[in-house]
Amino acid sequence: MTEGIGARVLRKEDKRFITGKGKYTDDIKMENQAYAAFVRSPHAHAKVTGINADAAKAMPGVEAVLTGPELVADEIGNIICGWAVSSKDGSPMNMGAWSALATDTVRYVGDAVAVVIADSIAEAEAAAEAVEVSYEELPVVVGSVKALADGAPQIHENAPNNMIFDWEIGEEAATDAALAGAAHVTKLDIVNNRLSPNAMEPRAAIATYDEAEEHYTLYTTSQNPHVARLVLSAFYNVAPENKLRVIAPDVGGGFGSKIYIYPEEIVCLWASMKTNRSVKWTSTRAEAFLTDAHGRDHVTTATMGFDAGGKIVGLKVDTKANLGAYMSLFSSATPTYLYATLLSGQYNIENVYCNVKAVYTNTVPVDAYRGAGRPEASYVMERLMETAAREMGMSPADLRLKNFITEFPHQTPVIMAYDSGDFAANQKQAMEAADYAGFEARREEAAKRGKLRGIGFSNYIEACGIAPSAAVGSLGAGVGLWESAEVRVNAVGTIEILTGSHSHGQGHETTFAQVVADRFDLPLDGISVVHGDTDKVQMGMGTYGSRSGAVGMSAIVKALDKVEAKVKKLAAHTLEASEDDIVIEGGAVKVAGTDKQMLWHEVGLAAYLAHNLPEGMEPGLKEGAFYDPTNFTFPAGCYICEVEVDPDTGTTEIVQFVASDDFGTIVNPMIVEGQVHGGIGQGIGQALLEGVVYDDAGQLLSGSYMDYTMPRASDLPSFSVHHQSTVCPGNPMGMKGCGEAGAIGSPPAVINAITDAIGNNDLSMPATPSKVWAAIQAANAATAAE
Amino acid sequence: MTKISMTVNDKAVSRDVPDNTLLVEFIRENLRLTGTHVGCDTSQCGACVVHVDGKAIKSCTTLAASVDGATVTTVEGLANGKELHPVQQAFKDNHGLQCGFCTPGMIMSATDMIARYQASGEELTEAAIRHELEGNICRCTGYHNIVKSIQDAAAKMANA
Amino acid sequence: MFDTTYHRAASVADAAETAAKADDAAYLSGGQTLLPTMKQRLASPSDLVDLSQIAEMQGISVAGDTVTIGAGTPHADVAGSTDVQNAIPALAALAGNIGDPAVRARGTLGGSIANNDPAADYPAACLGLNATIVTNTRELAAADFFEGLFETALEEGEIVTAVRFPVPSRAAYAKFPNPASRYAMAGVMVAQTGDGVRVAVTGAGNDGVFRHEAMEAALGTNWSADALADVSTDADDMLSDMHGSAEYRAHLVGVMAKRAVESA
Repeated sequence: MTEGIGARVLRKEDKRFITGKGKYTDDIKMENQAYAAFVRSPHAHAKVTGINADAAKAMPGVEAVLTGPELVADEIGNIICGWAVSSKDGSPMNMGAWSALATDTVRYVGDAVAVVIADSIAEAEAAAEAVEVSYEELPVVVGSVKALADGAPQIHENAPNNMIFDWEIGEEAATDAALAGAAHVTKLDIVNNRLSPNAMEPRAAIATYDEAEEHYTLYTTSQNPHVARLVLSAFYNVAPENKLRVIAPDVGGGFGSKIYIYPEEIVCLWASMKTNRSVKWTSTRAEAFLTDAHGRDHVTTATMGFDAGGKIVGLKVDTKANLGAYMSLFSSATPTYLYATLLSGQYNIENVYCNVKAVYTNTVPVDAYRGAGRPEASYVMERLMETAAREMGMSPADLRLKNFITEFPHQTPVIMAYDSGDFAANQKQAMEAADYAGFEARREEAAKRGKLRGIGFSNYIEACGIAPSAAVGSLGAGVGLWESAEVRVNAVGTIEILTGSHSHGQGHETTFAQVVADRFDLPLDGISVVHGDTDKVQMGMGTYGSRSGAVGMSAIVKALDKVEAKVKKLAAHTLEASEDDIVIEGGAVKVAGTDKQMLWHEVGLAAYLAHNLPEGMEPGLKEGAFYDPTNFTFPAGCYICEVEVDPDTGTTEIVQFVASDDFGTIVNPMIVEGQVHGGIGQGIGQALLEGVVYDDAGQLLSGSYMDYTMPRASDLPSFSVHHQSTVCPGNPMGMKGCGEAGAIGSPPAVINAITDAIGNNDLSMPATPSKVWAAIQAANAATAAE
Repeated sequence: MTKISMTVNDKAVSRDVPDNTLLVEFIRENLRLTGTHVGCDTSQCGACVVHVDGKAIKSCTTLAASVDGATVTTVEGLANGKELHPVQQAFKDNHGLQCGFCTPGMIMSATDMIARYQASGEELTEAAIRHELEGNICRCTGYHNIVKSIQDAAAKMANA
Repeated sequence: MFDTTYHRAASVADAAETAAKADDAAYLSGGQTLLPTMKQRLASPSDLVDLSQIAEMQGISVAGDTVTIGAGTPHADVAGSTDVQNAIPALAALAGNIGDPAVRARGTLGGSIANNDPAADYPAACLGLNATIVTNTRELAAADFFEGLFETALEEGEIVTAVRFPVPSRAAYAKFPNPASRYAMAGVMVAQTGDGVRVAVTGAGNDGVFRHEAMEAALGTNWSADALADVSTDADDMLSDMHGSAEYRAHLVGVMAKRAVESA
């Protein structure tokens, strides 16, 4: 088996992409297609006092100009957050109304007010400029801390003080007591910088309405087309599910930003019915910056206490999470159940308490972006650990070793029950790969060249595979988080895997096929993966939270179990043998120890001919399964970053980045390493380069690649990526998930390295040259004053 | 409207288009060659890179009219029939792509870069590749395997 | 993008004549700034007059102590020219580090200086090397050409046709790029010219490219990085934005100037 589980198989999907034959949403052109251009608010907060579209409607090529009141009149529902998180006093979260086109108030720059449908993009854009909207400006607030302050502008009537919820986890009194008795306390004020996801394919949608059938088809850039259909149908009232087909064709990256159902998709569907035209919208990059859900944006104070021997006795965390102007689909879960539940890190801590206040501001909605809550948690944990080690004069590696959880299962004080891991093994592997022992010599050599060299650790843990439906349901999720699969063996023996997971760069067409090839010892060529079309694939939950391996592939395994059982039964019947003696190998189904066999395709043919089936067996060879996980999975690892800082300019060069990850079973190491590379690239981006900036009036200053720094090739090194795995006991293949680890683990390693290099721990992300230079000046001034 | 004629992927093409038509619009909308992508509005992401008269340029920042009469190669025209171009093959062999959206521009820039370095005799080091990729943004790969792909292709093309 | 009418000019005279007849013409050279601006609907010229195929505006020639570069010459051609590399290596290096390879294949010298982006590289080269800007109607010293942010001495309809660079005895350019746009946050051209030492700074000043007279004086008596140790740059004259404070830019000007002197 050279193409099965564990093999570095080249990707089946690559050929279409390298030859320009990929099919992304914007590549599709429908008959009778019109184009949508949105009229967007130039103000961060304002009353809409009037819309005059007369001039726009008279312009060439214009089919329609549609507004919020018309949308409401057609009973299109408000956009919702699908995860209910309650405040610590038991009160429900304060979800403000979000209409896909504003009805009376706009709450962020870019909020959609009206849409123009026209024959061409140019005509639609020109008419959109001609729509006259009258605004009465309202006071604006953009930061979470200011938004909570007395007298701050109020963004939603039903959210006093802009508070969405005031949530807690853990035991506050016990944690306070533990910290009071600590021999050493480390306290940090931390900002987790706001990011723009920037999948390279901008969002797009094409909606088509079939008047005769009252049926809609939506091509869209989605990570989860079935969830999109469900939400569009059940909550936004666009059409019943059986009258709505959602197709997510090739999708050019998501990173969370394409989980959500945005106003534009709803409006395109509705407009297609209003105009009886196919309606296409493709985001410009400028619109993407203004409207794609942002990530992160936490302001946190964290306090960790240690006993005299360096054992952690308690951790208290206070976080203000900026959710923007409206609650996006999973916005409530990201800073709570995906964040605070990881605040035990890799460490045995008896007392953990976290309070999270979620806040409205006049900014674009914030939701899950690669890692979603877990990067914020690992940043808090790993900045604290490194800082504490420095303060206590211990080696950062030893402090961690002293506190690692070593026995599993381990119940943390913040819900999670870790099932497996060997944190010390990952740390050891990373330290060896990084030649940690040789660092001081490298630091001295760099100093001779006038460079400041530093090294930093990050020992992250995350929770993936989200997760048992009953568990997330009890925590407020409005959906179940299982996955589905169907395995169809055709009469000629070829196989189609239909999956509810969605690939937008992850390589499912290859790895999912490898799982099947492995099971039946078949060549990959005859195995295809079908995904991303609600008409073809049964209900599924989609791809996010590193769940397609641990959950999506587990569903395939369950379906394969059923196929295998039927194949063995059928073969046993045909070959007149006992099912227990049947083995599947080398393209055949054999009776062990004999020369009796059916070729694989003969089994398929027999199943569909149905001329000679065992008593009671249905014809055909196709099985489906739904898999609901029994627990989260817990990928973990140790990252070590080594930097050189140019003290003259503050420029940081990452001279070495080592990763040792525990992902459990790995299906295709090549693809897994690629996921880690990309995640680390985004994590380094967060640490060094990226940051969304609004001015006090709520205008987005970082609204293009001229001002929002995307990681480029010259900003990054080649990475040294290693695996040191323990098998996950919670799912049939032992998988933990690899999609987000790089983005979760890397930012603290980078900042720990830079602060080590410059001798100043007061440094926030992104650590731009200007900030690092200022931190060096501050450190020098402090030294001079001593 | 202006009649624009050019040779695209060895084929003579001609279309009447508005004067403000960008080359990328001409390629995608008029010729329906959708391998060339648009990922930004500020000429930075490089998803739209094509070759015009043998040079890599950004088709989102070029008017179709201004290259009237030119010879254009897009990613669809790179392979020799069924045989992939060595750069295409190297991207596959080295897992140089994930979502595939930036890939056509990456491949067209890489092809141009390798040709320029081989013509000048200068060594295409890892640092040089990373610097040369300044105008191509990828969000998936961290560039690690893109750099490897270009190194691999350059080595194979040097030996070819 | 707004509607526009495209004209391909065959000669400088043709270009000027075509532009004069139009309501609101803009000259199009490489288009690397103008087209993105038009795409954002921030510019709406009624007519575009394309200068990129005018033969008399192309090419590089060296005569005596002067390098003359046609305004329509792309950055890549300047960077790759052995004539420029031999005569003024600092200029070739500067051109080879503008934008990215695809931008360098289209963007032109004339387009860059006519736009006079305060963070562009070429204005520092022209000012630092004491270049002469040649237009279809006159010749201007670089010092008279650049007039602040995106402003030049060009009259309505006037076309930059070439730039003449006197060959310096030595020169170098050092740039600290803006992390996002990769334009200069501080770019410093230092040169020993027949006209004495010149130091031109781009990217940092709040009024566009400028000569740093204090540095010129210091280097005039002692051409070394050490000579700049006590020369400061007034932060009040510097830009300040999300990428760096005025103080940081003032500091960078000093660092880049020293690096340029060291590599000259």
